[in-house]
Amino acid sequence: MDGSTQALTGFLSNQPVQTALAVSAITALVSAAVGVFAVIRGQSFAGHAFSGIGAAGGSGAVLVGVQPLVGFVTINVAAAGAMEMIGLRGARGRNLATGIVLGVALGLSALFLALDTAYTSRSGTTVSILFGSLFTVQPSLLPTVAVIGVIVAGLIAALYRPLLLTSVSRDLAAVRGVPIRLVGIGYVVALALAVSLSAVTIGAILSTALLVGPAATVLHVTRRTSTALALAAVLGVAACWIGILVSYASASWSTDARGWPVSFCIVAVVFIFYLSTSYGSRLGRRPRSPHPAHDVSPRPD
Amino acid sequence: MFQNFMINAFETAAIVAVVAGVVGFFTVLRGAAFPAHAIPNGAFAGAAGASLLGISTLVGLGVFALGGAAMIASLGRRERVDVAAALTLALLLGLGDLFLSRSNEYASEVFSLLFGEILGVASYEILPTAVLGLLCIVVIVALYRPLLLSSIAPDVAEARGVNTRLMNLAFLGVLALTTTMAVPVVGAFLIFSLLIGPPAAALAITDRPLRAMALSSLIALVTVWMAIAVSYSTNLPVGFFVGCFSGIAYAAGRWWSMRKDVAQSPRRRRLS
Repeated sequence: MDGSTQALTGFLSNQPVQTALAVSAITALVSAAVGVFAVIRGQSFAGHAFSGIGAAGGSGAVLVGVQPLVGFVTINVAAAGAMEMIGLRGARGRNLATGIVLGVALGLSALFLALDTAYTSRSGTTVSILFGSLFTVQPSLLPTVAVIGVIVAGLIAALYRPLLLTSVSRDLAAVRGVPIRLVGIGYVVALALAVSLSAVTIGAILSTALLVGPAATVLHVTRRTSTALALAAVLGVAACWIGILVSYASASWSTDARGWPVSFCIVAVVFIFYLSTSYGSRLGRRPRSPHPAHDVSPRPD
Repeated sequence: MFQNFMINAFETAAIVAVVAGVVGFFTVLRGAAFPAHAIPNGAFAGAAGASLLGISTLVGLGVFALGGAAMIASLGRRERVDVAAALTLALLLGLGDLFLSRSNEYASEVFSLLFGEILGVASYEILPTAVLGLLCIVVIVALYRPLLLSSIAPDVAEARGVNTRLMNLAFLGVLALTTTMAVPVVGAFLIFSLLIGPPAAALAITDRPLRAMALSSLIALVTVWMAIAVSYSTNLPVGFFVGCFSGIAYAAGRWWSMRKDVAQSPRRRRLS
């Protein structure tokens, strides 16, 4: 057995690495599925906001002594409802509604963290929620992660066709009798669940990177939504696994025996994927338009 | 309540609130809530980098805020702005994670940059805050008409020969300056609340730009001063009250506009 094979065997038989590979694969798949629609519908901000809002729920949950994941999910579903109630339409309006809810939630998390201080180090909690670390995920969390992953996948599968239609053309969907509002709410709930899942396990940075990065990357290459979903899933998992491998290996070449953080490595891979398709792809080079935001890129298949 | 450190807090908060009210007006008008969140949040990586290199936090914040703004503008040329902001934020925070892993004792400083420590503002921090705040206002005044036109009606602005791309870059640059001014004193989360809640409330109440800007600064000022006072007497964090009061201000603004809309028909279209 040569040196590199030995190193790889060591990598794969390492318990935290196994958990990291499994958890990251599930969250990357779920994030990719939800993320393609987030990018098409212009709801990336909501997708990111749920990680911050969820953190408020997480610290609230610590306060009352329940699982952080329960706090993440509860507050995010409530926040999804609040954004819907504000009721501003269009991408700009939705972003504003998201911003208002996020602003209030950040205030709440300041409160909860201040009250939590008695139990935990507040700065430590903030840093771990923000950055996360795949290598410290508890293996016992895996079944919960899988269950929520399946629920989100089920929601997206159930909503797939009407969601696609409302994302591409609201008018056409309305004519066909699609319940646009209901589909929108269903999607936001799926988004809230998916982001709760990823933020609580792998941290807010990776949650946003895996939601938006792979989806934005593949939408440069294809406009068929089914292809985009499959490619984004593959890219997301690949980015996670390459990132984990690099982070694991970096401990041996890093000068001060501290490896590169896994979140940084995965984000870097996601970004390299993005740059590789964003320059040079045929679809990426669109005719110059003053309003890229109004340019509806996907096409139903 | 009016010891020296409280006077510092009230003064700094006043500067930040007035600037946030004006810059926030354009933020809401342009639908740029995500960049307004991403730039302050991502810029803290610059502070972490600065502490590694042993240079001033303010320089690190400024460099990363401006770099983030430039990146959002350049990615935004081929993507929706929210995708551009999400990618920029992820990359900046990823770098922040890397910087933090190279240094040992930074967690508490991250906390203060995110949540702010306005009650701990020192007298020497007021001058840089005021200078940066003034710079933001000067840029906005200098670009006022083209910036306003490109924010409300990009097509018309383009037809009239306004360089909308340049205006976008200028706006994001001002957002970066606002970040550099506000993050060291009030924190990334609080400045975001102030950039969204008060201006959105003001724009629900009035359509006129100058009035909306004045009203938004006033609401921001009242919000943050009340938050400091209530925080002082209850011993709960300032950020919590700023978040609450901004949310309440927005709800009140919406209620006001609904009442007015019912009173006067035909209904007029609002800017936001």
